[in-house]
Amino acid sequence: MDSKVQNPGLDELVSRRYQHGFVTDIESDTVAPGHSEDVIRFISRKKEEPEFLLEWRLKAYRHWLTMREPEWARLHYPPIDYQDISYYSAPKKTPGLKSLDEVDPKLLATYEKLGVPLHERARLAGVAVDAVFDSVSVTTTFRDKLAAAGVIFCSFSEAAREHPELVRQYLGTVVPYRDNYFAALNSAMFTDGSFVYIPKGVRCPMELSTYFRINQAKTGQFERTLIIAEEGSHVSYLEGCTAPQRDENQLHAAVVELVALKDATIKYSTVQNWYPGDENGVGGIYNFVTKRGDCRGANSKISWTQVEAGSAITWKYPSCILRGENSVGEFYSVAVTNNLQQADTGTKMIHIGRNTRSTIVSKGIAAGRSQSSYRGLVKVLPTAEGARNFTQCDSLLMGSHSAAHTFPYMEIRHPGAIVEHEATTSKIGDDQLFYCRQRGLSQEDAVNLIVNGFCKQVFRELPMEFAVEAQNLLNVSLEGAVG
Amino acid sequence: MQATPLLTIKDLRVTVAGREILTGMNLVVNAGEVHAIMGPNGSGKSTLAHVLAGREGYTITAGSAIFRDQDLLAMAPEERARAGLFLGFQYPVEVPGVSNVYLLRAALNARRKARGEAEIDTAQFLRLVREKAKLMQLNESFLNRGVNEGFSGGEKKRNEIFQMAVLEPVLGILDETDSGLDIDALKVVANGVNSQRGPDRAFVLVTHYQRLLDYIQPDFVHVLAGGRIIRTGDKSLALELEAQGYDQTVAAARNQSQIAR
Ligand SMILES: Nc1ncnc2c1ncn2[C@@H]1O[C@H](COP(=O)(O)OP(=O)(O)OP(=O)(O)O)[C@@H](O)[C@H]1O
Ligand SMILES: [Mg+2]
Repeated sequence: MDSKVQNPGLDELVSRRYQHGFVTDIESDTVAPGHSEDVIRFISRKKEEPEFLLEWRLKAYRHWLTMREPEWARLHYPPIDYQDISYYSAPKKTPGLKSLDEVDPKLLATYEKLGVPLHERARLAGVAVDAVFDSVSVTTTFRDKLAAAGVIFCSFSEAAREHPELVRQYLGTVVPYRDNYFAALNSAMFTDGSFVYIPKGVRCPMELSTYFRINQAKTGQFERTLIIAEEGSHVSYLEGCTAPQRDENQLHAAVVELVALKDATIKYSTVQNWYPGDENGVGGIYNFVTKRGDCRGANSKISWTQVEAGSAITWKYPSCILRGENSVGEFYSVAVTNNLQQADTGTKMIHIGRNTRSTIVSKGIAAGRSQSSYRGLVKVLPTAEGARNFTQCDSLLMGSHSAAHTFPYMEIRHPGAIVEHEATTSKIGDDQLFYCRQRGLSQEDAVNLIVNGFCKQVFRELPMEFAVEAQNLLNVSLEGAVG
Repeated sequence: MQATPLLTIKDLRVTVAGREILTGMNLVVNAGEVHAIMGPNGSGKSTLAHVLAGREGYTITAGSAIFRDQDLLAMAPEERARAGLFLGFQYPVEVPGVSNVYLLRAALNARRKARGEAEIDTAQFLRLVREKAKLMQLNESFLNRGVNEGFSGGEKKRNEIFQMAVLEPVLGILDETDSGLDIDALKVVANGVNSQRGPDRAFVLVTHYQRLLDYIQPDFVHVLAGGRIIRTGDKSLALELEAQGYDQTVAAARNQSQIAR
């Protein structure tokens, strides 16, 4: 697969730019497909970004042009034509809304259909919601309550305008633009995302939740999320995504950076349910995400919990850099694949500080003809005296055409480190199914029961309301997978 | 008093992997009765239990099984369960992460739904399971543990009878529930079964040991050999088998069938 990468030469780039007539589109809300420095300048201007950010984007872009798309993951997909992607599109109504009432009712209706009752969610559950629709934030709620606590929760663009010093201080310090191919692309092209800042000693008064959606056909989406938890602070952040059916593959390459300072805790939960493609593998989202948390201060803690059910392709390794003494990293993951979905997901735990601890619990469920891989790295540096890791990764196969793979990598450079690894692969048993049905459960309910039991360790890490949603999501994803 | 047949099996023939295991099985179980089925290893006792409960992998080549006036063999396993058939497994399986009460509640509600009833309310359900757990002398911690997860052999068997006590089936087929039980547990299990006996309900006990029948008095004892019932008697047959083994009975049956030919 040597020609999977389609990085056109510079000359070709230049000629293509004109060919796509980008310049004439400059005042409109969508740019023509294709990438170039001009596209980046356009995005940056649209966002009214400070100069340093544009410079950073351009540096990232120039670096990206020198990179090759990675091929090490156990994933197969046709080459992505990066010149065929439109890098910016804004919804018809512009942002700046103060309340939900000002939101385009059509938009709200779409949320309803997707099972994201924004009203209920926001008001009843006391959740502040910063919804990203396509590339621009359209609604942000509960600002006041958060503001009273000194918490900043806003779109990334807004943060760049209103709090440039914070953005400048932290952006790219956890995931540098050089980190990997998709991170570099994101750094150059990101259109929006979320920004969270929790001041010293503050416990965020509510769960922060963002619902991402990809709406327009052929629009790659590149969110950028940055969460900073100051000394002694605490925040729980929920990210959920859904997408409508599409015929063409859509690229998604998000970057999430978390910074936890001394004694701070960040809990980041995701339920991902993008369009996975149809049962023949047509369509579906390509999801190439870089998520990383930096436990920068002593006694800090970062906990990732994810339920990955959607996307045609998932490439995602939420990681923790355990720099601070006694810092703790956790990764709880459920990845479900059905039909022709492919998931290559896992985590990296990098132990740098003394007495750092990490826990990895990964549950892969593969049905249909899907492929599920766990890929994890536990690295213990010579400085990490007393480091401990526990890894458990279990795979559950449904049917006889799916496959699960486990790639645990370990690099232990401190002799005292304690690293434990457990792995199991099992098939959903006919005897288990029969047992449950003999008690009166339908085949479908029996499957759901067994699968949810398999995932319990992860689900109990999710915030309550999300746990229920996650269970339902699993049930839907595996419909008809057995029998 | 007119006997009401709950289960009527007629000339049932079943093959597994090309081999005929049940070779013309006949059995009538009336409401209120307890039947014991004994027989050598591999004679087809579990096969019968599985076929009645609807497990896949068996080919029925002839015969019928009518359960409460319905064609049992045409029903899905869950339909059979909801109609009141319960199988106590010889080897109960583990369902990790799914708590015992969760499964039971789902099972109970599936039955109620099939009967057009509302779901059981939480308080009522908890009262029910606590009462039955006490009957089976199961510590309440078992209720919240994963189904059979890490249970000892004896605990698994006791858990089967506990589930049966909660679900209150019309016909309980217990496949070697007494195997692997210590003497105290055997009494608890027998007590659990006895407490559920009644004029409308029946039990089929598959066992190798007449000891169980000291505690649960059967109305009939059958010998299953070579895939069919070769002899039927009362409780004393079990004592006779215990003393003499199966050889004589099986040989006698063989002679008889040769004479018949
Ligand atoms: N799936 C199968 N494939 C092949 N043979 C099978 C299968 N299931 C059952 N058998 C065979 O059918 C026969 C009857 O088995 P069954 O389990 O019904 O015996 P049993 O009377 O319950 O014995 P035991 O007293 O040891 O429990 C055995 O010879 C067994 O090997
Ligand atoms: Mg048996």
